[in-house]
Amino acid sequence: MTYTTLSLTLIFVLIPLILSKTLHLSLEKDTIIATIRSIIQLLIVGYVLKFVFDSDSFIYIFFMITLMIVAATLNARQKGRAIKGITWKIALTLIVVEVVTQGILLGLQIVPATAQYIIPISGMLIGNSMVLSILFLNRFTAEVESNKDSIELVLSLGGTPQQAIHTQLKNAIRASLIPTIESQKTIGLVQLPGVMSGQIIGGADPVVAVQFQILIIFALLTTASISSILIGMLSYPTLFNERMQFIKNATHK
Amino acid sequence: MNKIDQAIQFQNVSFRRGELSILKNISGSIYKGKITTLVGPSGAGKTTLLKLCNGLISPTHGDLFIDQQSVLAYEPTTLRRNIGIVLQNAPILRGTVFDNLALPLKLQKKSLTKEEAISILDTVGLDESFLERDATELSGGQKQKLTISRTLINRSKILLLDEITSALDPVSVHEIEQLIKKINKKYDVTIIWITHNIQQAMELGDYIWVMMNGELVESGDISILSKTKNKQVQNFIQGNV
Ligand SMILES: Nc1ncnc2c1ncn2[C@@H]1O[C@H](COP(=O)(O)OP(=O)(O)O)[C@@H](O)[C@H]1O
Ligand SMILES: [Mg+2]
Repeated sequence: MTYTTLSLTLIFVLIPLILSKTLHLSLEKDTIIATIRSIIQLLIVGYVLKFVFDSDSFIYIFFMITLMIVAATLNARQKGRAIKGITWKIALTLIVVEVVTQGILLGLQIVPATAQYIIPISGMLIGNSMVLSILFLNRFTAEVESNKDSIELVLSLGGTPQQAIHTQLKNAIRASLIPTIESQKTIGLVQLPGVMSGQIIGGADPVVAVQFQILIIFALLTTASISSILIGMLSYPTLFNERMQFIKNATHK
Repeated sequence: MNKIDQAIQFQNVSFRRGELSILKNISGSIYKGKITTLVGPSGAGKTTLLKLCNGLISPTHGDLFIDQQSVLAYEPTTLRRNIGIVLQNAPILRGTVFDNLALPLKLQKKSLTKEEAISILDTVGLDESFLERDATELSGGQKQKLTISRTLINRSKILLLDEITSALDPVSVHEIEQLIKKINKKYDVTIIWITHNIQQAMELGDYIWVMMNGELVESGDISILSKTKNKQVQNFIQGNV
């Protein structure tokens, strides 16, 4: 695709702009900002990736992944600001997810150890892990908020913090995992997943594209479960003090 | 009374939350095998005082002693099993009556036998047929009997009851009052129970503590209510009787 043909795609931006203007939706400003941001951000990513792929140096790969983890951590921590030390807890979760998945993929030579594979796969897995952490933190704080009496009941009868929070922790882990599992049941039926679409457009054999997609969705199951469980295990102790007392306002600021 | 007769001893206990002073310099003793009634208007700090006794919270100043030993010296879960509490609005868990009764033992990785369950239900005046009933479907009075029996499973020597009659009809209130006396006599359990109803306080209890604005304003046997010189307490009694 040339830049001239690419610029024709701006028609897709013009249509919503015209619609917004005629129907007085006042979305013109946001649409323009979104358009400019996506052009700039994606171009930068494109050139950075090209540079990293060409150099094929592990230093740059490492640097890119660190950058992804930092960005994902800063994004996810908004949801758990009330939980003490949430930033490093999310960062640790993302690091574990990355190490475990890449350890398996590269260790068993499932994919070649080149930037072309490591970076996009890491991006997808870290992104998914970030979304899972946000889903978990949202649900967990809501569960704790609405079940304070039950948590206190278990403590009052001589239960440990772990026993007191068990139901809420389990519910939040389950709730955050369900979308990942559910979406895999209908995968390919309605919407072709991103990896596959991209590869097919790029000219790959659809069957090869499917193989990669399967690799990704299986890896996503691992990242999803590691993320929710790890962030859960790291978060719940901050709701209690060393005398096994429930800190009532630990989940809101 | 001498020290041996003290189940709980408060020594200049204060409790603060941030800038808020919730309990102010409480000192006094709760006597073994007796029923002490804790009265006072809503927000006086009654619930907070009970939670200090079984370690759900800790004093920010001063200390309290259970059997002459500071609460801080107990392992929290041991303390909470020894000092049973029925919290205000204690939730009934989803499941059967038996499931609810089994909870305290489940927390210790033990199981409750059917015989024990029946015997504890009998104490609170519920028959065997309740065991498999859905606990969330019980009436208010039955639920309250269940929350009491659930706490009794731990066989605590001290029992703390927080407004367990407030939301009940007169018949159930009477049954629960009889139950408090029965538990006290039958198992020789020391009881502190909270009510905001002065009438109830005068009828049931060996000792009475009156709390207002986080302070213990009167304590002694029931006669202190008629003898009190404290204007606030007089007003409180008149407003209630
Ligand atoms: N965890 C807490 N944080 C802030 N304020 C509290 C907390 N617990 C209790 N309070 C306040 O302390 C006061 C006493 O509460 P409480 O002990 O529940 O009174 P009572 O049981 O006599 O009605 C109330 O004003 C209440 O709002
Ligand atoms: Mg109260």
